Amino acid sequence: MRIPCPICGERDRREFYYQGAAVMLDRPAPDAGEAAWDSYLHLRDNPAGPTQDLWFHEAGCGAWLVVERDTVTHEVISARLVEARDAD
Amino acid sequence: MRFSGLRILKEGLTGNKGWQPHWRDPAPKDEYDIVIIGGGGHGLSTAYYLAKEHGLTNVAVLEKGYIGGGNVGRNTTIVRANYFLPGNSEFYSHSLKLWESLEQDLNYNVMHSQRGLINLFHSDGQRDAFARRGNAMINQGDDAILLDRDGVRKHLPYLDFDNVRFPIYGGLLHPRGGTARHDAVAWGYARGADMRGVDLIQNCEVTGIDIEGGVVKGVQTTRGAIRAKKVGIVVAGRSGQVAAMAGMRLPVESHILQAFVTEGLKPCIDHVVSFGMGHFYISQSDKGGLVFGGDLDFYASYASRGNLPMKEHVMDAAMTLMPMIGKARVLRSWGGIMDMTPDGSPIIDKTGIEGIYIDCGWCYGGFKAVPGSGFSFAHLIAQDRHHAPAARFRLDRFRTGRGLMDEEGTGAQHNLH
Repeated sequence: MRIPCPICGERDRREFYYQGAAVMLDRPAPDAGEAAWDSYLHLRDNPAGPTQDLWFHEAGCGAWLVVERDTVTHEVISARLVEARDAD
Repeated sequence: MRFSGLRILKEGLTGNKGWQPHWRDPAPKDEYDIVIIGGGGHGLSTAYYLAKEHGLTNVAVLEKGYIGGGNVGRNTTIVRANYFLPGNSEFYSHSLKLWESLEQDLNYNVMHSQRGLINLFHSDGQRDAFARRGNAMINQGDDAILLDRDGVRKHLPYLDFDNVRFPIYGGLLHPRGGTARHDAVAWGYARGADMRGVDLIQNCEVTGIDIEGGVVKGVQTTRGAIRAKKVGIVVAGRSGQVAAMAGMRLPVESHILQAFVTEGLKPCIDHVVSFGMGHFYISQSDKGGLVFGGDLDFYASYASRGNLPMKEHVMDAAMTLMPMIGKARVLRSWGGIMDMTPDGSPIIDKTGIEGIYIDCGWCYGGFKAVPGSGFSFAHLIAQDRHHAPAARFRLDRFRTGRGLMDEEGTGAQHNLH
């Protein structure tokens, strides 16, 4: 599995650390309540098919990426910087 | 049809013409008291104990593929009760006791072999941790023996004891640990459930769950609608998808775990050996193949096959621990889909929907739990209250933060187990 880092180009999966579903980017407000925090921290859609997860380019540029990937075929569809998303 | 030595002798002398299929192949009825979704090890044992322990036989097990075709036929067959934390400790202890009488109970040879399991350690700190774990096992009533370096050498002379990075300081021996023939476990439970009247419906995929007013009414399948008063979901790596049919999201992320088998060799590895520092464990099957594996690939996956980095890591660890393995040739490798929970421990509980029960989150340890999980899940479904040894496997422990069972002590977070 190779991940196309927007900064470094296509790199081996070994250079990256997997954090989990990209829902981790949507942090609830501190007072959002127990259900929202439980959902954010623990509950997962866990899809069989395209999914978005967070990868950290640990042995490369150190960027956090949102990687769109197919969990059934291991196809990596796209990767973009978390930073770009947060800049909106 | 009962198995016995006499029967085998008789069949052998008469051309093996008297054997019959081990279970029927019934068409689904319109309605059952209980429908179990998932005909894997846990689903089959649940049905078996529903019938045997609770007298509930109007039960169907719905399997989307064939019996024994899922994780129960694709694992590394290890059976053990060497857990540390309350919750896990009593559950796996109970499960191991069921294993020890399983063959007589099922009248089926599951080739349960208590060959002993050794967890190796490589530092003083690790020795302390394993001494503590061993004491927890003994307190639970199971067995554990702390071996020093020479003690390990007596059992496992072929290891590299003086590896520069991981010199072997000793090991924790769990004599009652071992292996079993995984397929036979599925077949034995299937036969036992079928004999008691449970319908095993193969090639029957659940496509929907009917719920009215917060109460389950039945399921939709590729073989038609089936009404049911109670529905048990026990589908391992597919838990997320089936739960979604009932509108639920679970604290589960499905990951890939690889395993490997070499060509058949003469007996050389007599135990189950676990090399935690290298994320490597190995045993030898009765057919002669070395069966070994490592850690998760560590990304969500349903691919049933892994990638090369973890293969490389496992082979590295194998060579580090036992250089002799370099002479063996790998015959095949595969990946199983593991339903990982944030704390690495399972769930056996009711859900927010009346009549739906869930048994999931077995992570990479489901095989040894097959008897215990089925026993406890059957108890929950039949009596609507938790079976004591599994009472801590609660679905809400992540939300409340109470009763988390994080054996590794790394934190109850999805990517850490």
